[in-house]
Amino acid sequence: VSLITLKRISLLIPTLACVLHSQAHAGEGPFFVTYTHQMEEPGNLELATKNIVGKPDGGNRLLGSALEFEYGVKGWWTTEFYLDGQATAGDSTVFTGYRWENRFRLFLREHWINPVLYTEFENINGADRSLLEVVGTDGNDDLIGPNHESRTEKKREMEAKLILGSYFRGWTIAENFIAEKNLNHSPFEFGYAAGVSRPLALEARPDRCNFCAENIQAGVEIYGGLGTHERFGLHETSHCVAPTIAWTLANGTRFTVSPGFGVTETSAPFLLRFGVSYEIGQFSRSARRLFGAAGGRP
Amino acid sequence: MKSRLPGAGLLLLALSAFAADRTPVQQAPVEAAAFSSPFAGSERARKAGAKLYERECATCHGANGEGSGKALPLHSLEVDAAAPGRLFWVLTNGSLRRGMPSFASLPARERWQIVEYLKQAR
Repeated sequence: VSLITLKRISLLIPTLACVLHSQAHAGEGPFFVTYTHQMEEPGNLELATKNIVGKPDGGNRLLGSALEFEYGVKGWWTTEFYLDGQATAGDSTVFTGYRWENRFRLFLREHWINPVLYTEFENINGADRSLLEVVGTDGNDDLIGPNHESRTEKKREMEAKLILGSYFRGWTIAENFIAEKNLNHSPFEFGYAAGVSRPLALEARPDRCNFCAENIQAGVEIYGGLGTHERFGLHETSHCVAPTIAWTLANGTRFTVSPGFGVTETSAPFLLRFGVSYEIGQFSRSARRLFGAAGGRP
Repeated sequence: MKSRLPGAGLLLLALSAFAADRTPVQQAPVEAAAFSSPFAGSERARKAGAKLYERECATCHGANGEGSGKALPLHSLEVDAAAPGRLFWVLTNGSLRRGMPSFASLPARERWQIVEYLKQAR
């Protein structure tokens, strides 16, 4: 299995979804790491890939990939399942584990600041390169170990986030506070992420269009580690600044690109993230119809 | 004091059940009616709103607003009679207990364009 094969696999499911199903808009901001308080619409299923390519200092070129299934259970509850994998040039391509997360919106109405509680269980190994969050002293050195060694490190972790989100005059503003604990050993690790974004136009044109400003969102996110409960702070932590841009086609397919620049010595100097997402409207209703018909019911 | 707690709990439950029973338009506060559309009567805004409706709302409410399942029909006396500001409030806040999401992630002007479409589509 090569880097190219993994890229193809990571693009396959959203592409199939585009061909097969009715659209709904992917509503989240253009961020890869920062969560907003936007929840998945009840009954909708979003399929997405979040990929990262880069060449860490002292390591080989790598591609980390996460395949995401996000489902709106209720208006205030969204659940997500991820499958992670990575490929490293001159090394191997490996499946690195899965994650299951749930987000609960705490207030039922919009406020200036809207809190969301996030919980996640992840069962991944040390070869994981999807970098969906940075905590503790995560950094460049975690990306350079050979796969046959790093995959032996088991990471069964619980993670909690407090997500705060606001919308102000077309701007989306979000802050995340992260706490993570390896269930086997290791101290609590902390991290943060924050982002701002805005569509290039604040009102829609009357015609259906692909290349129009309303379909493009631009922003920037910053994220990094904050050490552990034993050694809280910025010492030996890595931090990243990442401009990001998302382009949504008229049929609902969204492409997102974000170059990330490490700003401390322990950070990976440059990582490029890219992703594709597509939302299937009222997936649960369609699935019920499908299985109802298969069973001979009307 | 202790004997009042179960009563207060029951009252809260009853109030929350009442809130869940009310339609999203009924949940909009009266003062929301004072918000006025920046696009009142605009044909361009109606067309843009139709496009946004198709993208954001039609999956649940139907292509012609006929409603489906929990999603209420939009060509109803209640929606027709509602002030644009109250519809804007419903789009902004949703009705999460009834399964209607918030569309606050859309810029305010796009939410008003959807309201224009709903009001002019009668």
